[in-house]
Amino acid sequence: MIRASEVSVGDELPPLSVRITRAHLVRYAGASGDFNPIHWNERFAREVGLPGVIAHGMLTMGLAARIVTEWVGDPGAVVQYGVRFGRPVPVPDDEQGALVDVTAKVTKVLDDGTVKVNVTAVVEGKSVLGGASAVVRLA
Amino acid sequence: MPLDQSFVGRSYPPSPPYEVGREKIREFAEAVGETSPLHRDPEAARAAGYRDVIAPPTFAIIVSLKANDVLVEDPDLGLDYSRVVHGDQTFVHHRPIVAGDRLTSVLHVDNITSRMGNDMLAVRAEVRTEDGEPVTTGRCTLVVRGEDA
Repeated sequence: MIRASEVSVGDELPPLSVRITRAHLVRYAGASGDFNPIHWNERFAREVGLPGVIAHGMLTMGLAARIVTEWVGDPGAVVQYGVRFGRPVPVPDDEQGALVDVTAKVTKVLDDGTVKVNVTAVVEGKSVLGGASAVVRLA
Repeated sequence: MPLDQSFVGRSYPPSPPYEVGREKIREFAEAVGETSPLHRDPEAARAAGYRDVIAPPTFAIIVSLKANDVLVEDPDLGLDYSRVVHGDQTFVHHRPIVAGDRLTSVLHVDNITSRMGNDMLAVRAEVRTEDGEPVTTGRCTLVVRGEDA
């Protein structure tokens, strides 16, 4: 696991690109228990005014968390994680789905060994999570 | 129609216990692409100092979503769930969620505001073990889209 003494404000975490396809949405619906039809039913999604099926915000949040957990090594080190769902992520009905590009940067290193990381998630050049950040407790 | 402000400060009785299973943690980790052995291998988790496999950071949504049901289904509040979207979500983990935990959640309505025809409910789920040990505080904003929004 990475140590607080090895981390400085401004450090960039290794970037992450994650693809979301319809199959991922089905899998996440089952795993999370969130079966809202806007995440799997094109007809329903359009009826409620969406451009089509959209990803669960919580799936995007969960996928983006990996930039932090993979960097730290111990997912149990994440003591706080929050996001705003700024923009829906439409997931086309094809093999390509939607590509989410995640970047992150260290913004605070505190004396108690906690480190704050700001996370950015972008789909087709537009940010989909607002104000996303995580606090991790390092050794 | 704006939501009833008298709901601010209200809390609901604890949810029925949710028992966290190893296989559920593995399934959730796979769904969000988390590859750590700490989600899958009890030996690896113990070697890292945990009692059993630990859940990914957003796993608590399973428990806090269930906690939201009491609000969504409260006839006095009259929420049209088909118009509800998730505005934001934060988890503060007092410790990681571990397989074998039996978790209950108490839902609090912290604030209700209106903006541009939408109602916004700030809700907080305090997730604890049955014995009362604090595990996770989940905060979210439920946005109820107005008829014209």
